[in-house]
Amino acid sequence: MSAQATELQRFARFEGTSGYIASSALVDAVNCALALERPLLVKGEPGTGKTLLAKHVAEGLGLPLDSWHIKSTSKAEDGLYVYDTVQRLNDARFGDGDVKDIRSYIRLGPLGRVFSAASREVLLIDEIDKADLEFPNDILLELDEMRFTVIETGDEVQANERPMVIITSNNEKELPDAFLRRCVFHFIDFPDLEQMRKIIDVHHPEVEKHLLEQVLVKFYWLREQKELRKRPSTSELIDWITALLRAGVDPSHLESELPFMGALLKNEQDTRAIQAFQDRGGKTPSSFEELDGSGR
Amino acid sequence: MVLLEFFYTLREAGLKVTLQEWRMLLTCLEYGLHDSRIEGFYHVARSCLVKSESDFDVFDQVFAHYFQGIEGVIELPPELLDWLANPKPFEELTDEMRAALEHLDIDELMRRFQETMAEQTERHDGGGRWVGTGGRSPFGHGGEHPTGIRVGGPGQNRSAMKVAEDRRFQDYRTDVALDVRNTKLALRRLRQLTRTDGPVELDIAETIDKTCREAGEIELVFRPKRKNDIRLLLLLDVGGTMDPYYEPVSRLLSALHEERGLRDFKAFHFHNCVYERVFETGRLMRSESMMTADLLRTYGERWKLMIVGDAAMHPSELTSARGNINPRMETNTTGLAWLNRLERHFDRTVWLNPDRPPEWAMSSTCRTISALFPMHHLSIDGIEEAVKGLVAARPAMVRPIMAPGSARL
Repeated sequence: MSAQATELQRFARFEGTSGYIASSALVDAVNCALALERPLLVKGEPGTGKTLLAKHVAEGLGLPLDSWHIKSTSKAEDGLYVYDTVQRLNDARFGDGDVKDIRSYIRLGPLGRVFSAASREVLLIDEIDKADLEFPNDILLELDEMRFTVIETGDEVQANERPMVIITSNNEKELPDAFLRRCVFHFIDFPDLEQMRKIIDVHHPEVEKHLLEQVLVKFYWLREQKELRKRPSTSELIDWITALLRAGVDPSHLESELPFMGALLKNEQDTRAIQAFQDRGGKTPSSFEELDGSGR
Repeated sequence: MVLLEFFYTLREAGLKVTLQEWRMLLTCLEYGLHDSRIEGFYHVARSCLVKSESDFDVFDQVFAHYFQGIEGVIELPPELLDWLANPKPFEELTDEMRAALEHLDIDELMRRFQETMAEQTERHDGGGRWVGTGGRSPFGHGGEHPTGIRVGGPGQNRSAMKVAEDRRFQDYRTDVALDVRNTKLALRRLRQLTRTDGPVELDIAETIDKTCREAGEIELVFRPKRKNDIRLLLLLDVGGTMDPYYEPVSRLLSALHEERGLRDFKAFHFHNCVYERVFETGRLMRSESMMTADLLRTYGERWKLMIVGDAAMHPSELTSARGNINPRMETNTTGLAWLNRLERHFDRTVWLNPDRPPEWAMSSTCRTISALFPMHHLSIDGIEEAVKGLVAARPAMVRPIMAPGSARL
């Protein structure tokens, strides 16, 4: 085995953390990205834990985490550095600060910070699809080479150790092929029942068994309703359980009703649709057998 | 070389896998990231080669075909089956690319890979077999493969195959599913950003420039914000043969209503074909209608026209002067003439047809109409295509535009 390969045998592998249930596919994808030193692109329904992943990868590997939350106005250059011309202009006008030293007006962005960090870091580029269509192309070169030059000063910022970059996307825009080719891709599938139990166990280990069953039946039933405009996600389920536990709702109460529906359904039309369904005397299933029966 | 054939089959099946991604996979395998598990191999291969969940289904099918040889479960596209029946060399490879491939020394890599697999046989019975299985001609049929994997394979072995066989990602295929959200995504490209009027923002570059010219006296420069200039007019066919498509059409309609980015949006309804009147609602009430001639006067050529309909009707409904099947509507103009007027009036038009494209040719009226309007299927891919057509720059030959200031001697 080549020296490089042996060395990589020893690279810190991500195995998941106690606070985050990662499927084996996700763990494999993270490790691919680590080995290849390439960005990991994570897509998935909202609320399936894309953003949380970066936090736990950093925790699992014992590396510091830096985040770059993308907005519709974000530009690629903002991630590298910002040259605060307006401040400098202002200082020049009013005689404050050291106007001659351009460096004191250069502030590194998130990419710049992880590149110039002394040791390896994890960088989260959150919701890259929020930015302009051209945005991913604009950071291609920097992500590839992990270095850039500050034009105003001629300083070169280069990463000592290539950071682990995790990029999330909500699919609002298609990403350019050239960008995709350079990424390792993972799609967080909606957790199945078994995985969902594990996830709930991490967040609410105290939840009582009977209540849990009712909650899960109702939740998966809701997700099966095709008419819903926005299907509830994992994070909403966790919120719902929190609400139920705080209020001390009795599991038997849950068999016939859906209290705190607002935690699950975020759309007025959806709430009304379910209400109308119940007003018509529609019954929600109270066991998985019933759910399976009605589903087919 | 089994893996290489797998690569080509993925490409033939329509996945845009490139050499760069293939090398990523080989590197991962070299590092042993798949842990000698087929499940690991499935995950590693998928993360390296497939970049969209809408392609997972195709990947799963090819994967299942290669590494298990299951018959019946997988629906391969006819082109692929055809190719499998007549193997031919891959033509798109340039000499340069071929050299790059050879440079990788795949034989050596494969040998190492197989060694790993061989080791694994000692620990998990049957685990190494998939290499053996795959090592057979990948063009062969399922029957030729030993049943070994299914019967004796380790649990993990099955689970990867199970994922592949289950085709859980079928729902993500973009050529089928259509819900409000992904419709909205498809419509996202309906953008033409211009700076015309409206709210202003500070133009920093200009401000600094001006300030410098003014010898340091700060001079603020503002410019209008960029905003979307698209105005969309939607004409919807309702009733009759369109009834089965109520769901997808209403999703498109709500996606368009929720699309805040558009400068202007207006929808009208018609039945079968556009005649002298178009209607505000799907109830087609005369009291809530507008003369089509007025429509053409009200909505200028810069509006984009999108018509949704199956374009299927009796030929006389399109070409006869009394073709309107609603007897109360007196008309002397044929439906086709109205459609022609619409097409000529608007710069950019598009027709979305909910029928599946193979069915289009079966209706003569649909053939006529699709010659008039660019026709696309009412699916995510179709909407995307349609939107591209609506937004794309006009071909320069048709109407040359002289941008202000671009005139040169």
